[in-house]
Amino acid sequence: MPVVEYKVPENIDAAVSMLSNTQLSTKVMAGGTDLIIQSRAQSSDPLVVVDVKHIDSMMAAVIVDGGLNLGPSMSCAQFTARHDIKAIYPGLVEAAYLIGSTQVQGRSSIGGNLCNASPAADTIPALIANGAECVIQGPQGERIVAAEDFVTGVGQNCMAQGELLTRIQIAAPQANTSDAYLRFIPRTEMDIAVAGAAVSVTLDADGTCTAARVSIGAVATTALLVPDAAKALIGTKLDEAALAAAAAAATAASKPISDRRGTVEFRRHVVGVLTRRAAVIAAERAKEK
Amino acid sequence: MAKIHVNTSINGEVVEFLCEPHETLLDVLRNDLQLTGTKEGCASGDCGACSVTVNDALVCSCLVLGVEADGAEIGTIEGVSNKDQLHVIQQKFLEHAALQCGICTPGLVVSTKKLLEENPNPTEEEARYYLAGNLCRCTGYDKIIRAVLDAAETMRGAA
Repeated sequence: MPVVEYKVPENIDAAVSMLSNTQLSTKVMAGGTDLIIQSRAQSSDPLVVVDVKHIDSMMAAVIVDGGLNLGPSMSCAQFTARHDIKAIYPGLVEAAYLIGSTQVQGRSSIGGNLCNASPAADTIPALIANGAECVIQGPQGERIVAAEDFVTGVGQNCMAQGELLTRIQIAAPQANTSDAYLRFIPRTEMDIAVAGAAVSVTLDADGTCTAARVSIGAVATTALLVPDAAKALIGTKLDEAALAAAAAAATAASKPISDRRGTVEFRRHVVGVLTRRAAVIAAERAKEK
Repeated sequence: MAKIHVNTSINGEVVEFLCEPHETLLDVLRNDLQLTGTKEGCASGDCGACSVTVNDALVCSCLVLGVEADGAEIGTIEGVSNKDQLHVIQQKFLEHAALQCGICTPGLVVSTKKLLEENPNPTEEEARYYLAGNLCRCTGYDKIIRAVLDAAETMRGAA
């Protein structure tokens, strides 16, 4: 799909119009770290690219009433440099920091990671654990989709032709809430998750977990919300039995494949270990808040 | 399809060029502007040989469309030295023999310059993580890291 036309909308309405009124295959470009490579594949379909980086709201992140309104196309480099965001959602920031190299982070974005819909995308479990909502604008108006419902399959998302992801919003966390994201890769840097887990926990004054969300990545066609793992944590002080139950729930929910980066058995085990460790880190962070 | 007219700034100089929508910034730099210091390695954003800065962000120019340079400020390896006087980073790469075949060197120098602007006193671990996206096919990483840390120390002394 060689790029045959490049369009630069100045606002959301213009972008939606460009995405809707087209005879040719048309795709949104933010950082292009996936799209430009995909555009060189051996298919002959010509591709129209709509570069949304000149729309201010697509590139900005604002803390509103303690929650986050994120422009989906803000680069990971800019996102991870934001100490105000890291103070609230350290797990989401560490997930964004794990994407690719310094160079890739200079371009890649959380919205792009979400829309590209790789099963191994690092930020998607972190968005799900934080209860993120995806605001989608289309010719018929606006709709909101929960992060766990946004991705529908490998490389597929819920948006129709003409729709644009315009904002990712996360409500302000309750007091004593924090998150963590961990992944396993065989190297120390520059690799794709073999398994990943994101956990958000809320603790009360004596350290009992009152709310939790657990999401696992790279162990199914899409990142999964695992309510059973959260249930195993809620009402406990994250003691050994609770952590083991959460790990077992994550393993049970996983539906991985074997490939050259990991076997089914390995991934099912490791996703449980990562869930347990992420829960411990999230709880430590929640206590410090 | 008509070529697109692009107005940009490269290493502080105003530059205009025409390019096709599918051409990458790397294609434009090397083939149209004869700025061949920026190298093509993998052409898929994995090796960092084509590292440049776009509006102060370190990026792989193989993953940027040439048309995106319109209105942007681009920095390449050609802008690192002061004419014939090498930048400290370049001098330290020479002193430490931190290059073998040399294909990764321009990208590493551009990335190192950005690293030291962001963090003038990196630990070895920080330098290795920051530069993890710059692959050296000759695998001369140890000398590269020594050159980077020596350049950092020298630049701190001069500041």
